[in-house]
Amino acid sequence: MTTGTNSSRKMAGTAALLALAAVLPLAITEPSQQNFLILILMGAQMGVAWNIVGGYAGQVSLGHAVFYGIGAYSSTMLLTTLGLTPWIGALAGGLLAAVFALAMGWPCFRLKGHYFAMATIAVAEIMQILVTNSDALEGAVGLYLPMDRSGWGSLIFLSKLPYYYVILGLLVLTVLVSWAIERSHIGYYFRAIKDEPEAARALGVSLTRYKLIALSVSAFLTAMGGSFYAQKEMFIDPGSVFATTISIKIALIAILGGVGRLMGPVLGAVILITIEEYSRTLFGSTGSGTDMIIYAAMIILVAVFSPSGVLGLLGDLHRHWGRHLPGAKPDEVKTSTKEARP
Amino acid sequence: MTADILIQVLVSGLLIGLIYALVAVGLTLIFGVMDIVNFAHGEFLMLGMYASFWAFALFAIDPIVALPLTALLLFAVGVIVYQTVIRRILKAPMLSQIFATFGLMILLRGLAQFFWKPDHRLIPHSLVSGNIALGPVQFGLPQFVAALGAVGVTGALWMFLHRTRLGTALEATAIDREAATLMGIDGQKMFALAWGIGAACAGLAGGLIATFFPIFPEVGSNFILIAFVVVVLGGFGSVTGAFLAGIIVGLIEVLGGFLIGPEYKTAIVLSLLLVVLLVRPRGLLGKA
Repeated sequence: MTTGTNSSRKMAGTAALLALAAVLPLAITEPSQQNFLILILMGAQMGVAWNIVGGYAGQVSLGHAVFYGIGAYSSTMLLTTLGLTPWIGALAGGLLAAVFALAMGWPCFRLKGHYFAMATIAVAEIMQILVTNSDALEGAVGLYLPMDRSGWGSLIFLSKLPYYYVILGLLVLTVLVSWAIERSHIGYYFRAIKDEPEAARALGVSLTRYKLIALSVSAFLTAMGGSFYAQKEMFIDPGSVFATTISIKIALIAILGGVGRLMGPVLGAVILITIEEYSRTLFGSTGSGTDMIIYAAMIILVAVFSPSGVLGLLGDLHRHWGRHLPGAKPDEVKTSTKEARP
Repeated sequence: MTADILIQVLVSGLLIGLIYALVAVGLTLIFGVMDIVNFAHGEFLMLGMYASFWAFALFAIDPIVALPLTALLLFAVGVIVYQTVIRRILKAPMLSQIFATFGLMILLRGLAQFFWKPDHRLIPHSLVSGNIALGPVQFGLPQFVAALGAVGVTGALWMFLHRTRLGTALEATAIDREAATLMGIDGQKMFALAWGIGAACAGLAGGLIATFFPIFPEVGSNFILIAFVVVVLGGFGSVTGAFLAGIIVGLIEVLGGFLIGPEYKTAIVLSLLLVVLLVRPRGLLGKA
């Protein structure tokens, strides 16, 4: 698909990006701006995790908040009741979310397209209602993390910088998992399931099995993102981690950047979080609705004009201009018009 | 004594169920004709409520009297939405289609919040108000009139689809788009018509409940998930199915809330969605 020089150029680009990300908070020291960078990394991590099932395997989940919430509640409950460190709590939450994904995916993967998407919304909404009415999980009141126990053991910090590096590490881990899947035979099966499910089935690929793998890996990583959210905010309630708006945002980040592309969601997060935060500070968030209007206009524009996301758009431009450059190979950039088909 | 309470519960379930049916028939019509799920459908209902509110606040027109106006207005909104956005995503991937209507949902909410503030509003003195008592069973007159209106509109839609030339053309498009095109039916026109009628039905539902339900920009979110359940249970694309399913969902919601607890009533309805999707994905009267 890609030539050797192209992939080594990609590696160099990724390394440069990572180095930039590592030194960025040393240049940007204002806490509110560091917080903004953290929000971008959080969004990117969720998007890359969603992309594994929604992008590669083409199974559109609009209920990923259920995994996010399971992660946030698991690590927080283990920390507040047993004093267990979130390093282990996040793994436990990830495992619980993966098991939940298997239980939920087993019946739901019989559904296709819209039906699957709707079923995932329903599962997440039901979960939000159950948690809201659960006394053991403090219901609608929510859970507070112990602020007085700050440090690397409890993963609670009073400054932004440590959070930045923790989420950067989690993002790198998520991208690596996603990259490994993309390159392995599992990745080929995922794409086969998405593009030619009948042909894949005829060749003996168990569709359900690979869809379940995609969903549970994605759920595991999404739950770890949820645990990080709890650690950073030091407070969670059902509305802040289980809401359908979060599920939508997770999927939107991926589609905005480019579904089924490794770094698409990262670009999507940069764009979405920037617009979200700036429209909020420019126009004020207190119920004027302006931030919603801008957010919505952006969603509609991407959906109508660039179904393959901003990366797809850049790819098309590159292909278009590349043709006019001497020695350009138009085949280098793969088109992606079929990427997001059900 | 308990029988009285049960009848009371069933009556209120029936009344709200008929409203759900009216919201859902528009949604199912749009899906049936063009395979697009409209996430912004609750916002058409919200716009219908605001149309009633402003007709009342500015011109002192009662919501019931304003209904034809509300229907016309929302028909226009539906057609405009189709022409500006939906027409461009007919052949787009499913993900783009979901996000286009999802974006519309947020856009309409945002616009409502921008122009009309997020406050809850009420229409204070409507022509219909007060309670009716039938023996031991009591219910509000506004709810009763709204349910009656919902039956009337759904019935009229059924007549239109089955007894008029234009309606039959719309049905034909829903059954087989290509064959309908070969018969000389203009697909684009039918799609626009489906959006106009769908939006008008949701708007009428909004106008009907505006006499007793608070009006605010996010009011549609209360109805959209339930409308999905109704559409799935009734069978995607089936108007008759949606009508029956609306009543069933209304009854289950109220009865479940009564037996298990009102805080769980939405969860019960959504569980019904999952059960139907898994056991009988084509719903009661859907196409196989």
